[in-house]
Amino acid sequence: MDSVEDELEMATVRHRPEALELLEAQSKFTKKELQILYRGFKNECPSGVVNEETFKEIYSQFFPQGDSTTYAHFLFNAFDTDHNGAVSFEDFIKGLSILLRGTVQEKLNWAFNLYDINKDGYITKEEMLDIMKAIYDMMGKCTYPVLKEDAPRQHVETFFQKMDKNKDGVVTIDEFIESCQKDENIMRSMQLFENVI
Amino acid sequence: MAAGVAAWLPFARAAAIGWMPVANCPMPLAPADKSKRQDELIVLNVSGRRFQTWRTTLERYPDTLLGSTEKEFFFNEDTKEYFFDRDPEVFRCVLNFYRTGKLHYPRYECISAYDDELAFYGILPEIIGDCCYEEYKDRKRENAERLMDDNDSENNQESMPSLSFRQTMWRAFENPHTSTLALVFYYVTGFFIAVSVITNVVETVPCGTVPGSKELPCGERYSVAFFCLDTACVMIFTVEYLLRLFAAPSRYRFIRSVMSIIDVVAIMPYYIGLVMTNNEDVSGAFVTLRVFRVFRIFKFSRHSQGLRILGYTLKSCASELGFLLFSLTMAIIIFATVMFYAEKGSSASKFTSIPASFWYTIVTMTTLGYGDMVPKTIAGKIFGSICSLSGVLVIALPVPVIVSNFSRIYHQNQRADKRRAQKKARLARIRVAKTGSSNAYLHSKRNGLLTEALELMGTPEEEHMGKTTSLIESQHHHLLHCLEKTTNHEFIDEQMFEQNCMESSMQNYPSTRSPSLSSHPGLTTTCCSRRSKKTTHLPNSNLPATRLRSMQELSTIHIQGSEQPSLTTSRSSLNLKADDGLRPNCKTSQITTAIISIPTPPALTPEGESRPAPASPGPNTNIPSIASNVVKVSAL
Repeated sequence: MDSVEDELEMATVRHRPEALELLEAQSKFTKKELQILYRGFKNECPSGVVNEETFKEIYSQFFPQGDSTTYAHFLFNAFDTDHNGAVSFEDFIKGLSILLRGTVQEKLNWAFNLYDINKDGYITKEEMLDIMKAIYDMMGKCTYPVLKEDAPRQHVETFFQKMDKNKDGVVTIDEFIESCQKDENIMRSMQLFENVI
Repeated sequence: MAAGVAAWLPFARAAAIGWMPVANCPMPLAPADKSKRQDELIVLNVSGRRFQTWRTTLERYPDTLLGSTEKEFFFNEDTKEYFFDRDPEVFRCVLNFYRTGKLHYPRYECISAYDDELAFYGILPEIIGDCCYEEYKDRKRENAERLMDDNDSENNQESMPSLSFRQTMWRAFENPHTSTLALVFYYVTGFFIAVSVITNVVETVPCGTVPGSKELPCGERYSVAFFCLDTACVMIFTVEYLLRLFAAPSRYRFIRSVMSIIDVVAIMPYYIGLVMTNNEDVSGAFVTLRVFRVFRIFKFSRHSQGLRILGYTLKSCASELGFLLFSLTMAIIIFATVMFYAEKGSSASKFTSIPASFWYTIVTMTTLGYGDMVPKTIAGKIFGSICSLSGVLVIALPVPVIVSNFSRIYHQNQRADKRRAQKKARLARIRVAKTGSSNAYLHSKRNGLLTEALELMGTPEEEHMGKTTSLIESQHHHLLHCLEKTTNHEFIDEQMFEQNCMESSMQNYPSTRSPSLSSHPGLTTTCCSRRSKKTTHLPNSNLPATRLRSMQELSTIHIQGSEQPSLTTSRSSLNLKADDGLRPNCKTSQITTAIISIPTPPALTPEGESRPAPASPGPNTNIPSIASNVVKVSAL
């Protein structure tokens, strides 16, 4: 049986977000949108914070055919900006505000942050390979054409060919943004999710 | 200050007028009421049921959802009320908490639903009032046990891959239903325990007379036979003990466990008897040791769950049993003393001392009444009857507690077994839900493609095209579509996947020499490569991934299971029989991965008549062997 302290400790992991007005000022969402977002958030996580397990569970419901836990792990780290192991509603809104309402520069910045697993300012081939494998994992097995073992690696090679301008084996934030701005497809797809809410 | 008392503050302040005339110093200034806000009614709409309360009521507990600014997230501007899409029944209890300061737990409510609601409103369950706290804690404990049970059985099932020999043995011992060998072992040991116990019993039965001597017990008459039986049983028990010792994950803990002590005690007398000489002095002690052989009967507790539950109950009711013993001892001493002094006067009384009276008291209190000691004086008889009446009471009191404990544990066990049986159905339902959602996406994709194709071809539209999907569904499908575009691969369903695999194998098969890769741009070399993490590692896989890449000309249907990976069939026979042989195997719901790779058959002409591989008997028998060798691996 749990000790009383254990139970109290678990019970007090409750988090209340900042006031609605404050969040409205800090993010680019209107009050109504914040309300909608919060209701969904609170439904899944009544305690007010998401931990990694819950995050993975929620994300995996959207990709039933594959295994989305690795990618969800990277996503979680990208949202959890203060690295305390839990994503509060403020973290959530901060991330979403950039992704849905930010400038293209901010979005690219966020994507770079996602790819840069150890947050040292450089994307190495290994980091990119991890990310790529995680994305391909989400496809699952039953794909057409059939997934090869080295499909992620090839994809990483293509990516580096495009992005790594000075061929030093790593991609910096400036190379990344510059290369993305030159690519029409990428720029267009950045606007894709503007009106998600 | 408690919330309700705050309403009386104006009265207390008005009554302070009484101090004014007596005071010497001037009074301090009263605090200004900055927010001269009228207390307003708040409307809380919970799933259509409207609750109304004062704002100040809610603000009594500012660290909850309703008492803080968090409720503004749920404010509906159009209707000017707070809307919560939650259970109105539980909300009643939550609102009562704000009103009265006491949180109650309704008995009809499910404990996890209640906990969820409390978590949503930000209320700690610890503040449940005393009136309902016990019930809440009991239900919560039961729920936690149920969850632990589920997790345990889940963990047990998940630890299947890569068990060492030792671990498999231990699992076989602990859980005889895992394999037939374990079951056989289980029954054999059970049988020998029974034989051993019966032998011990029959040994002492008088067996008829040998002419010329007195009546002998069977043990001494057929001493050789009994000795052999005993030896055999002890042999089995020793082997079993040593095997368990070898397989135990933590040997130290195993040695200390009750069952192993029973095992040791059961076989020790035999070995001690072997070692000791037939000395007259020690044979007395030796005979005493044989008593311990009866402990073998306790070995049955491994075989019977009821016995284990009984033992566990006794252990958990230790305090009740202790109380029973203590009160009995007290009563025995009191009554024995009284009876002794009461019977002191009578002649030839059997109550020679207080300890001697203990026997009488025990026999009387347990209402046995052998009659070997009876009081003769009137006082003795009076006290004797009081003794027997009180005995009934003292013994009857703790017994129901023990019984109810036993019943609770027994029912728990039964419920656990029932849950395990239902678990399969539950998992199947979850699987169906998962495939349902992925099938919905593929279906809508097909419909989408069909509409495009029909638009292109200009044929009259079909009815089923116009099936509308909800907004959420279409957004979800768009998300999956984006993923497809990112990786440049498409989602397909299992059947088409198997088809593709087999098509790629059949197409690449005859053209082993030519670089078939270029001619089949769409089909890749590694068919069905293992992607999901939970597939078990095929133990006989003799083609590691690197070798797969080196066989680039081949499709990769690797047929498992034979020593020589040289199963080959002609193309024609593949065409003929593949449909029958491989298809049924693939189409079962179990297969989701089949790591298949075919090694290069050295010379396979397009006619496909040659069969270069050694030890492949004939075309017709090859197909069944292929069919039987395809490894079914479930990816779930």
